[in-house]
Amino acid sequence: MARFILTRLGQTLVTLALLTILIFVLARLTGDPTPLVLPSEATEADRAFFREQYGLDRPIHEQYVVFLRNVLHGDFGISFRYREPAFNLVLMAIGPTLQLAGVSMLVAVMLGLPLGIAAALRPGSWLAAAVRAYASFGQAVPTFWSGLMLIFLFAITLPLLPSSGYGEVENFVLPAVTLGFYASASVTMLTWANMTEALRSDFVQMERVLGIPRRLIVLKHALRNASLPIVTYLGLQFGLLLGGAVVTERVFAWPGVGQMLVDAILNRDYPVVQAAVMLTAVLVMTINLAVDLLYAVLDPRVSRS
Amino acid sequence: MTLPNEPLLVVRGLNIEFGPPERPVRAVADADLTLAPGEILGIAGESGSGKTTLCSAIMRTLPRSARVSGRVEFAGKELLSLSEREMARLRGRDLSMVLQNPMTSLDPLYTIGNQLEEVLRERRRGGAEVRPGGAVEVLRRVHLTAPELRVRQYPHQLSGGMRQRVLVGMATAAAPRLLIADEPTTALDASIQDEILILFRELRDTAGSAVVIVTHDLSAIRRLSDRVIIMYAGRIVEEGPTAEVFRAPRHPYTRALLGSLPRIEDEEVVLQPIPGQVPDLARLPPGCAFAARCPVALDACRAERPQESTVGERHRVFCWQAAAGGAA
Repeated sequence: MARFILTRLGQTLVTLALLTILIFVLARLTGDPTPLVLPSEATEADRAFFREQYGLDRPIHEQYVVFLRNVLHGDFGISFRYREPAFNLVLMAIGPTLQLAGVSMLVAVMLGLPLGIAAALRPGSWLAAAVRAYASFGQAVPTFWSGLMLIFLFAITLPLLPSSGYGEVENFVLPAVTLGFYASASVTMLTWANMTEALRSDFVQMERVLGIPRRLIVLKHALRNASLPIVTYLGLQFGLLLGGAVVTERVFAWPGVGQMLVDAILNRDYPVVQAAVMLTAVLVMTINLAVDLLYAVLDPRVSRS
Repeated sequence: MTLPNEPLLVVRGLNIEFGPPERPVRAVADADLTLAPGEILGIAGESGSGKTTLCSAIMRTLPRSARVSGRVEFAGKELLSLSEREMARLRGRDLSMVLQNPMTSLDPLYTIGNQLEEVLRERRRGGAEVRPGGAVEVLRRVHLTAPELRVRQYPHQLSGGMRQRVLVGMATAAAPRLLIADEPTTALDASIQDEILILFRELRDTAGSAVVIVTHDLSAIRRLSDRVIIMYAGRIVEEGPTAEVFRAPRHPYTRALLGSLPRIEDEEVVLQPIPGQVPDLARLPPGCAFAARCPVALDACRAERPQESTVGERHRVFCWQAAAGGAA
């Protein structure tokens, strides 16, 4: 087990090292940040001074070495735009993103798991048909549309909830339902498919002829076997929500890392782009590692072969 | 209560259909069988002959789509009319089953001990605590080596033969009055098959359980069972005491099956395949289903389905030729 963790940690470090190169080069492909950062009346001397100050006048490989050395010391540089350490800015935004992703995942699991199980237990029923319709709808509807519809219904027509902002519990409801509904569609389908398969498995048939109560067969045996791919998928989905909730964060003016990243790219704020991508990547990799560990706990064939 | 001479299991006119009612697939047709307490019955036939479907009907584990008619009386109870809840109470306690594939019939995510204790807990109706050594005891009874170690192991750490012992232990933990074993040795190495079969005889001898063993391995039936039923295309074609059926098979299909039984004593093992194919159950001919493959079929065989005829003590056969006394 310790060896498994060490191997995974090693792989994670290699991936991160490659990512630093990729993000460093990609950020610089967007162009020179100087005209965007300095006012239009700035002189050529001002521009040269800015480039020198941030080391942008040096060859790219030298810049990379400096960047890497600083990153190893926990320094992601100063934001061109906000004149504050980029890491601190990203850290402030990652909190709301993590919270929103977490609550959304909770919504997705609480909707998708019971619906998928119920549909798998009653194949061919009206309930299964309704669940299929729900899941198809959820997968087909883009979050910007469902988000706007929710705002229209629950913030404008019935002014029950705030349409945007961050800080109160009410603020979570609409964005978390938007993202959670979307993610719940695939959780439903995945749970349905895997529960159906698990319920057909030989050991479930065997437990049935042994007189094990149905409740135990479904919840203890079939669900745990079906949960292995679901856990993997939830890990991936959580990673997607961390990096890809840009649209939803936009719609609800959520002060998350997705919003911040888009702004930073538009402003060519290299240090913020780099810090945001690196931090998100570390989080995603941590989640993947946690999923792998959880997998080893859930499936003895992984840990004891 | 069952009286000593009363049969344990009586199946009468059992029909099982699948598919659309206008074009049904009749997996089991007009099945009749009787089983005495403590009797070992072998059911043989090729794949698709309805053996497993017949057993699933007795256990009431057929898919919802199956249409079942007839009677299945177990210890005086009509099983087909019981509610699912009442049936679940009987399963594992009074009648139990070992399914076909030991490799996949245990949950891979729980230890052997955990799964055994689950079964033992269900046996205690009052919800009383299971004795700590209960699982080990079960494994010892089925002669599994190092039972104290096995209860802590997961299924993937056990061989197929070990898993089958565990499954037989689970199915017989409550000393059921009837155990159905569906192809219990098919997936196992030849060297282990005998040892598993011996477990069933021990179960009968120690607990007085009746055993139904379903297999296409006729040698297993010859070694183990008191009586044998031969099925073809969903119908029972011959039934009788094992020794008699093996000595003097009356149905041409039984003869063909026995002809395809490898004889170990011969120097060369010669398998004689039966020419032709098992008929499509949705398009059965009006007469005898075996007529197309039968070496002695006459026009009458193709025209009309054979009726039951008694050809010896408790020996019956469904064949016009055998009834006429001719028998190829």
